[in-house]
Amino acid sequence: MSELIIALSIIMVKVTVVFSVLMLMVAYVPLMERKVLGHMQVRHGPRRVGWHGLLQPIADGLKLFFKEEIIVDHANKGLYHLAPVLYMTCALALYAVIPFGNEINILGRVIPLHIADVNIGILYIFAISSLGIYGVVLAGWSSNNKYSLLGAIRASAQMISYELPLGLSIIGVVMLAGSLSMVEIVNAQENVWFILLQPFGFLLYLICAFAECSRTPFDLVECENELVAGYQTEYSSMKFALFYMAEYTHIIAVSAIAVTLFLGGWRDPLMSPVVWVLERIPVLGSLTIQLIGLVPPVVWFLMKVISFVFFFIWVRATFPRFRYDQLMGFGWKVLLPLTLVNIVITAFIMIIV
Amino acid sequence: MTAFFFFPIAIVVLISASLVIFFRNPVHSALSLLLTFFSLAGLYILLNAQFVAAIQVIVYAGAIMVLFLFVIMLLNLDKVKKERERHPLQKAFGILIASLLLVVLGSVIASGILYGTKGIYTVEKVAAIGNTKAIAGLLFTDWILPFEITSILLLAAIVGAIVLSKKEL
Repeated sequence: MSELIIALSIIMVKVTVVFSVLMLMVAYVPLMERKVLGHMQVRHGPRRVGWHGLLQPIADGLKLFFKEEIIVDHANKGLYHLAPVLYMTCALALYAVIPFGNEINILGRVIPLHIADVNIGILYIFAISSLGIYGVVLAGWSSNNKYSLLGAIRASAQMISYELPLGLSIIGVVMLAGSLSMVEIVNAQENVWFILLQPFGFLLYLICAFAECSRTPFDLVECENELVAGYQTEYSSMKFALFYMAEYTHIIAVSAIAVTLFLGGWRDPLMSPVVWVLERIPVLGSLTIQLIGLVPPVVWFLMKVISFVFFFIWVRATFPRFRYDQLMGFGWKVLLPLTLVNIVITAFIMIIV
Repeated sequence: MTAFFFFPIAIVVLISASLVIFFRNPVHSALSLLLTFFSLAGLYILLNAQFVAAIQVIVYAGAIMVLFLFVIMLLNLDKVKKERERHPLQKAFGILIASLLLVVLGSVIASGILYGTKGIYTVEKVAAIGNTKAIAGLLFTDWILPFEITSILLLAAIVGAIVLSKKEL
């Protein structure tokens, strides 16, 4: 019995830690976005609240908490309240299978640093993220507003269309790792990260991930100039904030999945080609190897995820938005065939080598 | 452990499945059908069929129900509802057919056909090979012909849909 209680409390502690770190990141990624966008557009971004705007997320949170909550007439009340909760829950549930570090030893107990190692890890992620669409669709429908409904319809069409190439772009990784479990996939990247073996797959995953998160250049779902703000037009106060938070949770989740599948997860960059190069550099090379070895795996994981999030922001500052028919045409006529070609080529090479 | 999870999930399945037909609003019906699919996936997990559970959520809850909702929202069925007429014999026929179905289902369950002989894939064996590998192995060896025929069927449906929707090819 005590064994069960210990096991349960370990899981609870892990969930709490992951949740707290995640919420901290969700609070500060918007600030990072505003700062990075600002500097890319040669301005400062927020810098009034705290040192260089460091307390801005707290100020924003307080403001949203105290805003008036407006529920529109003829809104479908139950679903109107359910939608943001559903969206946030689905975004959070994604983190259950992401391994964020190697095993650690506490008091003679080996604790693996992932919440759950499901043998269908990738399928679990697809299942949960496909449920996330309902949050958006219901929000748009229940708020009884034309623009919201149009946003929701765009969202559902876009997410269904891009889920397919997203899933197929990962098949290459699954074939190389020979497993659907996220932990096994990270273990399979011990010698070389999959981005080197699957550069094409990584690129395709990247494009589809942007579409799944409905970020620029695929943010037609909330397109301010055509649809006001899409599905979240009628939401105010904390419900609006919940959508906002869920969006950033989703971005971080997609980054964490990309890091796990293609960038070696929590592994340090000492894969065999890098070591081979470093060993040929006198003195400095071995020093670098030692320095890299000192950094704990969790820090590598967080660093990779944050750089990926930075990439998301960078793209937002760089690219204009797609037109809707272009978006659909691109998804079905370009991305889908390319992912299939990627799978076939991967299979051929795997058989030959 | 299994019973602890089975009964709550089973109750959710039954209630949400009956709500599908009792709700007046088609969007609510669609959502309770979604809940039914989702809890069915829970039952599959209790049966050690994780792969089927994931596919159930991805295909039914994630794709098919989204399309259902999509169509319901676009059609705006609120207006159609008021014009729905009731045939006087509708109820009597409904009860007759439902009770016939009950008799058929009841006799099948009572006869014990559903508990056929046990196959070679025990829980331990599936856990050792891995759920996905076991299914893939069978699907691409013993059941390759039905698998391919199903895919041709789906292909025909896709081509048909494109032919119907495109005015000029």
